[in-house]
Amino acid sequence: MTSAPADKPSDVLVDVKNLCFRRGGRVIFEGVSLQIRRGEVTAIMGPSGTGKTTLLRLIGGQLRPDSGTVTVLGQNVHKLGRDALFRLRRRMGMLFQSGALFTHQSVFENVAFPLREHTDLPEPLIHDLVLMKLQAVGLRGARDMMPSELSGGMARRVALARAVALDPTIMMYDEPFAGQDPISMGVLVTLIRRLNDALGLSSVVVSHDVVETSQIADTIHVLSEGRVVESGSPEELARSESAWVKQFMRALPDGPVAFHYPGPSLEDDLLGVR
Amino acid sequence: MLGFFALLGRKTLDSFGRLGRATLFLLRALAGLPSLLPRPTLVIQQLYSIGVLSLLIIVVSGVFVGMVLALQGYNTLVTFGAEQSLGVLVALSLLRELGPVVTALLFAGRAGSALTAEIGLMKTTEQLSGMEMMAVDPMKRVVAPRLLAGFIAMPLLAAIFSFLGIMGAYVVSVATLGVDDGAFWSQMQSAVDFREDVMNGVIKSLVFGFVASWIAVFEGYDCEPTSEGVSRATTRTVVHTSLAVLGLDFVLTAVMFG
Repeated sequence: MTSAPADKPSDVLVDVKNLCFRRGGRVIFEGVSLQIRRGEVTAIMGPSGTGKTTLLRLIGGQLRPDSGTVTVLGQNVHKLGRDALFRLRRRMGMLFQSGALFTHQSVFENVAFPLREHTDLPEPLIHDLVLMKLQAVGLRGARDMMPSELSGGMARRVALARAVALDPTIMMYDEPFAGQDPISMGVLVTLIRRLNDALGLSSVVVSHDVVETSQIADTIHVLSEGRVVESGSPEELARSESAWVKQFMRALPDGPVAFHYPGPSLEDDLLGVR
Repeated sequence: MLGFFALLGRKTLDSFGRLGRATLFLLRALAGLPSLLPRPTLVIQQLYSIGVLSLLIIVVSGVFVGMVLALQGYNTLVTFGAEQSLGVLVALSLLRELGPVVTALLFAGRAGSALTAEIGLMKTTEQLSGMEMMAVDPMKRVVAPRLLAGFIAMPLLAAIFSFLGIMGAYVVSVATLGVDDGAFWSQMQSAVDFREDVMNGVIKSLVFGFVASWIAVFEGYDCEPTSEGVSRATTRTVVHTSLAVLGLDFVLTAVMFG
């Protein structure tokens, strides 16, 4: 396992230590530790079902771990009261896989929602701020459309504009590239990196799209079977000797993660006693 | 046999678990009510979708229930030569029982199911999670306004139902059955007591409105976030509200008029 270089504590925005989490009887995380540093795009990668989205929800305080700590901006998320947690969340933005746009509100109203909820800004200023956020994602012209009229890629860009409306410190992306056509994917890849650098954000991207994520990530943590199996830059992971990382990064159909789901042998199933 | 008892035990524990969750949910929703004071538009919007949009079914049902009540009542009363008391029969039936109960059942079918489906779909499409991550409490922003609007709308709808029922009965009684106009109103005026009949009906509709809104918002918030889960929650809202209203009606009637 390649360890990330040691940093000054102030560089670490999110510090996950020995995180254990079970859902039902199933172990999702067993001693996960990782750090997310200021100004970087950090990717959490791994196959479907490894708990990448669950990790985002643990960081955002929507789920509680069985043990271990999640420290965000110096505060232990799961020790905070409801009001303090909500204050912390104002400094976090999250882009959901579905977009999670409010279906009864227009694009403009969706982006204006957090501004109206958390500020007393006058309406003309909210109008200008919303248009600037929409301009940043290229959808200023779609301000009057309803979410049902948007394509999947457009909906995600509107959700991105809404997520950065309050100028968060940390931005979390849950599978931002899933189900996108190549053009939308390219737009999203560019937007995530550009917004991160232009707005001075720190981004966490949860994804299993190796190529796109490698293009923009500074650091990648690869998850498997409840643990971080390797961490490093995209180049370091591409050179990894780990059979598991090789299989994942090169999208090989067989390897440590077997093609066949565990079960009785084919002979037993076809020729065995029924 | 052992399996039956295991199933019974599991179902009982599940029911108590749900009741506990529903109670905690209600306490959190009630705690969110003060946050609505500076933002009355949130409640007004819900009053429109819960109350105003339910008017059609309430108006039509109220008129027809009143007319049918007049026809049936007349057939019985005329046997004893007491058909001039038809106004009293209709008014007491509507104010004490049919107004609050039928309105609550219609409310469950029209507004309650819509509330559950709306909140359930917001949960399924991660809108509630999105709200939480934007540091906006869905209990204050989504649940509390709907709970309060249901509580306010229900007695108003019941009053409209009873009023239109009496008017429907008046038209049938006086215009087609030959009941005396003056007798219809004067007997009603002398027999209906404001506190005993009208206020008890209002109390019933307030209780039903509270319970129906609570069940509707809870079922939506607690549903499994799948299309099948929302469908089951919507059905549960209608069934549980109907059973709760009928059960509570018996208890309240026994206390008020027993």
